[in-house]
Amino acid sequence: MDDPQERETSKDMQSPNMISEIATPTLMKGIAEPKSEIETKIDIRRLNFFYGRVCALKDVSLTIPPSKVTAFIGPSGCGKSTLVRTLNRMNDVIPNTSVKGEVCIDGQNIYSPSTDVVELRRRVGMVFQKPTTFPRSIFENIAYGLRINDLAGSKTELADRIESGLKAAALWDEVKDRLKEPAQGLSGGQQQRLCIARALAIEPEIVLMDEPTSALDPIATQRIEELIVELKERYTIVIVTHNMQQASRISDMTAFFWLGELIEFDTTEKMFTKPERRMTEDYITGRFG
Amino acid sequence: MTTDILHLRAGQKIMADSASPNPSIPIGDAGQTPLFSRSDSVARQLNRWKERIIESLLFVAAFSSVAITLGIVGILIYESSTFFAHVSITDFLTDTMWTPMFASARFGILPLVAGTLVTTTVALVVALPIGTVVSIYLSEFAPSVVREVIKPVMELLSAVPTVIYGYFALQFVAPMLQKIIPGLPTFSMLSAGVVMGIMIIPYVSSLSEDAMRAVPMSLREGAYALGANKIITAVRVVYPAALSGIVASYILAISRAIGETMIVAIAAGMQPNLTLDPRQPAETITAFIVQVSLGDLPHGSIGYQSIFAAGLTLFVMTLVFNIIGYGLRKRFREVY
Ligand SMILES: Nc1ncnc2c1ncn2[C@@H]1O[C@H](COP(=O)(O)OP(=O)(O)OP(=O)(O)O)[C@@H](O)[C@H]1O
Ligand SMILES: [Mg+2]
Repeated sequence: MDDPQERETSKDMQSPNMISEIATPTLMKGIAEPKSEIETKIDIRRLNFFYGRVCALKDVSLTIPPSKVTAFIGPSGCGKSTLVRTLNRMNDVIPNTSVKGEVCIDGQNIYSPSTDVVELRRRVGMVFQKPTTFPRSIFENIAYGLRINDLAGSKTELADRIESGLKAAALWDEVKDRLKEPAQGLSGGQQQRLCIARALAIEPEIVLMDEPTSALDPIATQRIEELIVELKERYTIVIVTHNMQQASRISDMTAFFWLGELIEFDTTEKMFTKPERRMTEDYITGRFG
Repeated sequence: MTTDILHLRAGQKIMADSASPNPSIPIGDAGQTPLFSRSDSVARQLNRWKERIIESLLFVAAFSSVAITLGIVGILIYESSTFFAHVSITDFLTDTMWTPMFASARFGILPLVAGTLVTTTVALVVALPIGTVVSIYLSEFAPSVVREVIKPVMELLSAVPTVIYGYFALQFVAPMLQKIIPGLPTFSMLSAGVVMGIMIIPYVSSLSEDAMRAVPMSLREGAYALGANKIITAVRVVYPAALSGIVASYILAISRAIGETMIVAIAAGMQPNLTLDPRQPAETITAFIVQVSLGDLPHGSIGYQSIFAAGLTLFVMTLVFNIIGYGLRKRFREVY
């Protein structure tokens, strides 16, 4: 395929009515320069990621604002999962991978040698595509994270935290009478909300979600979407999705990736109404991908 | 030959099944099918026959294992009945002496059962923790290079003939243990059990490792995402998730230990001894059977018949553990 940079140049020439100053956002040059009015929670700077020798992310730079939902979109294999997984260093567990560049959370580079990965993952929670409930009771699934993070405290404190986690994930009413039952007995959507509850119970600052609703039916999806919108008051949320409607419904910012590169990053409104790049528009409207 | 096999019920069923899509076509006359050329259909018929023969052979193989098991149990029960005609079941189960070679022979199985249980327990105390730790290391921590080396080497441990283990227990482990535990006799259930434990470590570690590696990566990542480190993830998430397979490996280890013969015959002493103290010598059920089979008791005597009762007891014990294990495995069925 064409090099995106080339394609853009040619597009600029083809469409003279475009304002080329804006058409090439600073982000595209590799170094993020957050607009002054936007605060930064996560600052990704010239991040490169390799599976062995295969480069899965190329010079990605973007700044994720706090208390907002940021969506990552792009065709399959473009590196969305890889990127969210670099944000809590989940990729560390995959052998033969390497990272170049920086990811700063609240100004601290999480890839610096002094980073405590366990502490990082406590601050940056994650929800996966398929619910990863442990083969234990509903109660134990949440208690687990609390215990390993020394947040369990007394019995009542533990129960309180579990209750508030379940309430935050809008699951409490459905499971309050069956906390001791195996989590596997829940429906897929309930299990996914349990995983969200589990992530929220340890009070992270950032919640990463990699296609959290792709295995769910429309009703369960809607519940989780509502939940995400509610949660953004308190958390910075990064969500990967293949569902354009979902991205437009729930996210404030949208980043579009293609073949490991960030093609465009802007407010969701702008991305979905008048994207700068032709590619973004084509992808969002379903003309390619 | 083929027709013989096809007379079996399963064979006929398979034949009916595979014939059903096209029941009207008689064998050998398949050229009538409009969709295929004649040679094509012949090849298909041949294939179908081949499949039937293979399936029948598989069924025979599966059935024969069941038949052999039933046959063994039948013989055990039949031969024991001669024994129980002379010795009451109550005496057999409650008498505390096992002296089939004495003039006033007594046939209380308890000393042999105790010997079996003690050596088995010692072996499990050695094998289960070590085997489990090794399996956790291999599945969760070992770099793949290390695993590729250690696993086959460990499995070799179970390929060593048990006679060698027996002498290893007697010549090497017993003297060593004697240095640690003063007054330990040369023959003891302890040294036999320890060596038996070493022998069954690979059964535990290899199967448990397979079970843990079958736990999907996503479950581990779920734990890591909550701030768990590798050890916590291994012990609190992967181990419980794989528990069904791990319990299966434990059950195999127990059965193996109960049934182990050579090591205990050589290293535990061959004197029935009703005790739960592993430092003492004792005889296990298996060791007794060997002793009798070696010709210490005249064929046809009641003492000789007692090996069948002993064998039946052994069978029941293994069966009980297997049933317990089956129940446990069902309880811990993996639901990832
Ligand atoms: N564990 C891995 N080992 C090697 N290559 C990988 C691995 N995981 C992903 N990749 C490669 O990295 C690239 C990016 O993958 P990634 O999973 O991040 O894509 P994605 O955008 O999340 O795709 P999808 O939408 O299908 O989930 C792909 O080319 C993929 O083949
Ligand atoms: Mg993905």
